[in-house]
Amino acid sequence: MSDLYTINKSPFEKNSLDSALKFSKAGTAVLLYEDAVYAAVKGTAVEEQIKAAMGDKKVYALGPDLAARGIAEDRVIDGVELVDYTGFVDLVEANDKVQAWV
Amino acid sequence: MSEVKKFMYLNRRAPYGTIYAWESLEVVLIGAAFDQQVSLMFVDDGVYQLVKGSKPADIEMKNFTPTYRTLGDYGVRHMFVDKASLEARGLTQDDLIEVEWEDWETEEEVDNIVEVIDADKVVELLDESDVVFSF
Amino acid sequence: MKLAVQVNEGPYQHQASDSAYMFTKAALEKGHEVFRVFFYHDGVNNGTRMTTPPQDDRHVVNRWVELAEKYDLDLVICVAAAQRRGIVDEGEAERNGKDGTNIADKFRISGLGQLIEAAIQCDRTVVFGD
Repeated sequence: MSDLYTINKSPFEKNSLDSALKFSKAGTAVLLYEDAVYAAVKGTAVEEQIKAAMGDKKVYALGPDLAARGIAEDRVIDGVELVDYTGFVDLVEANDKVQAWV
Repeated sequence: MSEVKKFMYLNRRAPYGTIYAWESLEVVLIGAAFDQQVSLMFVDDGVYQLVKGSKPADIEMKNFTPTYRTLGDYGVRHMFVDKASLEARGLTQDDLIEVEWEDWETEEEVDNIVEVIDADKVVELLDESDVVFSF
Repeated sequence: MKLAVQVNEGPYQHQASDSAYMFTKAALEKGHEVFRVFFYHDGVNNGTRMTTPPQDDRHVVNRWVELAEKYDLDLVICVAAAQRRGIVDEGEAERNGKDGTNIADKFRISGLGQLIEAAIQCDRTVVFGD
């Protein structure tokens, strides 16, 4: 099955990103939203983790949550694709199921 | 509703500190009436939900560990525990409750449906589920 | 696509309800069917009409109500979670001897079976929580 994993926690607050990535397979779509968008920013302690995940997974971040937190698009790690809420809906439709890693 | 879906309840939180574990259990109990294939997965702090010996009387909360022990009667066939989460917390299977299961029609019996599994198996089981409820 | 949406957190305290609303609205605007929005845990607090946010803030409860009016959405509050947290409709007030109600228009109180039914019937279940 193709899965969409949604993560909404800052990686500096809770291990949701760690667990979601650990328990995902190649091809999983990962959407960072709410406070998880901080994981999509260049130059943080989790940048390498996100880049490694992009080796066999697709990583997305919710643009409106980045904007709300003052994160300009050029600060987002290259390869992380930005989506809006309609894009979120499209990701849900494109995958067989959604797992929330709260 | 003839279609049978595979339901997975993904539990990642400790009991008592928040209500998520208890209210998640209530969903499992109600969901039993729907004749779906139901499994529970315990990872991260969720493994604390199954630890034996809880006595919450002095914090005036209900002890819901006995309810987990009845889940076999509610049609739950599998309760999976992530091995690494358990080890990281200094726990082993001996620290966890046991849950019996019996098929009333075939009289097939399982002494304990609580099963400690490795990460690859967690991934596989999550992947093959149709619906994952996260609490 | 037929969608079930679960909201596990109350309004204002956590972004979950906002995210769920934005997601649900976007899905409806794209022409998808949202079979049911189920409010659980503190999410039941999305359904009280007593909410009075400052005028310059979004009205989370009214936003759900307006979306329900526009798209005939089924907004369901879990009865067990609602009883714990004091979300009351007329039926609950009568059964439990309460002196009033606080449920917002367009919300209804029902059992957890409604969540399971939605998950069985829908193509996707999307959970918003803390």
